[in-house]
Amino acid sequence: MIETKLPFDQQYVRSFSEGRGEPDWLLNVRLQALAQAEQLPLPKPDKTKIDRWNFTQFSAHLVESAPLSSLEELPEQVKVLIDIAEEQKNVYVQRDHTCAYVSLADELKEKGVIFTDLATAVREHSDLVQKYFMDGVKVNEHRLTALHAALVNGGVFVYVPKHVQIDVPLQAVYVHEKAEALFNHVIIVADVGSKVTYVENYISTCERSEAIVNIITEVFARDDAQVFFGAVDNLAKGTTVYVNRRGVTGRHARIEWALGLMNDGNTISENITRLIGDGSVGDTKTVVVSRGEQVQNFTTSVIHYGKHTEGYILKHGVVKDEATSIFNGIGKIEHGASKSNAEQESRVLMLSPKGRGDANPILLIDEDDVTAGHAASVGRVDPTQLYYLMSRGIPKTEAERLIIHGFLAPVVNEIPIERVKKQLIEVIERKVK
Amino acid sequence: MATLTIKDLHVAIDGKEILKGVNLEIKGGEFHAIMGPNGTGKSTLSAAIMGHPKYEVTKGSITLDGQDVLEMEVDERARAGLFLAMQYPSEISGVTNADFLRSAINARRGEGNEISLMKFIRQLDEKMAFLEMNSDMAHRYLNEGFSGGEKKRNEILQLMMLQPKIAILDEIDSGLDIDALKVVAKGVNEMRNSEFGCLIITHYQRLLNYITPDYVHVMMQGRIVKSGGPELAQRLEAEGYDWIKKELGIEDEVVEQEA
Repeated sequence: MIETKLPFDQQYVRSFSEGRGEPDWLLNVRLQALAQAEQLPLPKPDKTKIDRWNFTQFSAHLVESAPLSSLEELPEQVKVLIDIAEEQKNVYVQRDHTCAYVSLADELKEKGVIFTDLATAVREHSDLVQKYFMDGVKVNEHRLTALHAALVNGGVFVYVPKHVQIDVPLQAVYVHEKAEALFNHVIIVADVGSKVTYVENYISTCERSEAIVNIITEVFARDDAQVFFGAVDNLAKGTTVYVNRRGVTGRHARIEWALGLMNDGNTISENITRLIGDGSVGDTKTVVVSRGEQVQNFTTSVIHYGKHTEGYILKHGVVKDEATSIFNGIGKIEHGASKSNAEQESRVLMLSPKGRGDANPILLIDEDDVTAGHAASVGRVDPTQLYYLMSRGIPKTEAERLIIHGFLAPVVNEIPIERVKKQLIEVIERKVK
Repeated sequence: MATLTIKDLHVAIDGKEILKGVNLEIKGGEFHAIMGPNGTGKSTLSAAIMGHPKYEVTKGSITLDGQDVLEMEVDERARAGLFLAMQYPSEISGVTNADFLRSAINARRGEGNEISLMKFIRQLDEKMAFLEMNSDMAHRYLNEGFSGGEKKRNEILQLMMLQPKIAILDEIDSGLDIDALKVVAKGVNEMRNSEFGCLIITHYQRLLNYITPDYVHVMMQGRIVKSGGPELAQRLEAEGYDWIKKELGIEDEVVEQEA
């Protein structure tokens, strides 16, 4: 048995939970999770050794952040993401653990849409949160899920009632300023026949920060619901990140992910979509840039349970300097999920001979009547493409830039908030330079 | 007026000599055609002029208005005024045709002198309409999923947008049906003026029914073995190449592999 001394004990968790006025069910989840966290093993991302990474040792669980009186007070790099002039904003801003600003259009409030920080949601919609909290991701999957449940100290709750279709995106910005440890939890529930688009940014305000960020996101698309989930992760060097984004679909539901994973620190990213309902669809697009000496592991999985389900995985990664990026793509079709289709494509572009890139496409199929396919490649910028662009007068560096941006376009083009898209392009620009 | 001068050009690929002393001069206002059987070095000549990294010039010179082309990088050659419409254009995912063209135009114009977006769009719309291209082609990824005919039209679109001094069209007619061929020819003819020089590489006379060259050259075994006017192309169409081989005492030999 592996035992780890955790920096926070039962007594701390109890007083933290009580201090926030949390209901008993949540306190109990936390306490049980804490006990399990001491004994459960770390996750085992394929081909990346993480037993020496620090996911558990930190001295402060909370830092104080003053509330903002106006969004104008936000740092410039955060402010550019938000349309401050818009009066009917659907925006949530969190500084470290604390909700700094939240706004939801009146029209959506009237329809019963909930978009608020998790702590408030727990107080005001306790039953609803209880139903979904740590349901898509189980507490006992491994030490980091358990630790997360025990110490969750930030996040958002989104609920879209039955048949409510929201055309404008909901936007969340999580600003990492000085927290040593952020356990951020995002729950998105799209009830039967509803539709929602959610876009989030994780952004550090400093260039380097020794910190731990442990994110769990649970997306529930109930029968006939559609969820589009866009994310740009841009956390600083030195920050060790575990991010788990999980989706669960009902009948004929659809979840689309567009993830721009641009962290500068060591990162374990897991994105699993469980296609439970018949006829449901999971579409995952991920782009990544790795640089410096960072080590990253990206596991994307679509698991088919329902019949006639469709799963698509697209991953494009750029690796430069001495960075290591492992891309595991798993399409799994369970017994009984007949007429399902699992497709995946993983491509890695190596910009440096010292980097390491690895694309591992995996198909696990336990049903005869299905279709599946995969493509994977690891390579350099194609000299024939460079020649073609240069033959039109475009200098080599600019030609390379065009090819790299084109390679990462599948996610960039999907981001529905123009400001966030622009920021993603700028981040890519900066990282590949 | 621009002049492209090729003197005693020898080119090797993977150590094997393909071109064995080509001499050719193309001036602004002139249309030249190079014909010849497959595998005689025609495409090698075009790739060597543009600077394809796999082709090694072992002897001879290429100059554009006296400037040494062989000393230039590929992009510098383009900015100096050369253009190559390729037989097999690359597909580049995620880069739209419009973005690519604007980058190419701005690379020529230089920093601080970029083309205005409005002007660019106007020119692009105009040229695409002229080439009977669907306007959505501007926003599709560069050559990705284009049919053979669409790719060739797109090469001519680039030619018209970039307005080079000297263009080389490498088998621009291959794989085109007669309607597409006419459109491509219309685009090339539109370029004709006293400043613009063009080298048309083909092994079918068909294209030359629509674009009339001022000079026709026959290439065999890595050399230009015969030159003449448009009537030479017609004779080749009617009689094939055997009479030239006989006249010059050439035995069959393939010097370049078709790509």
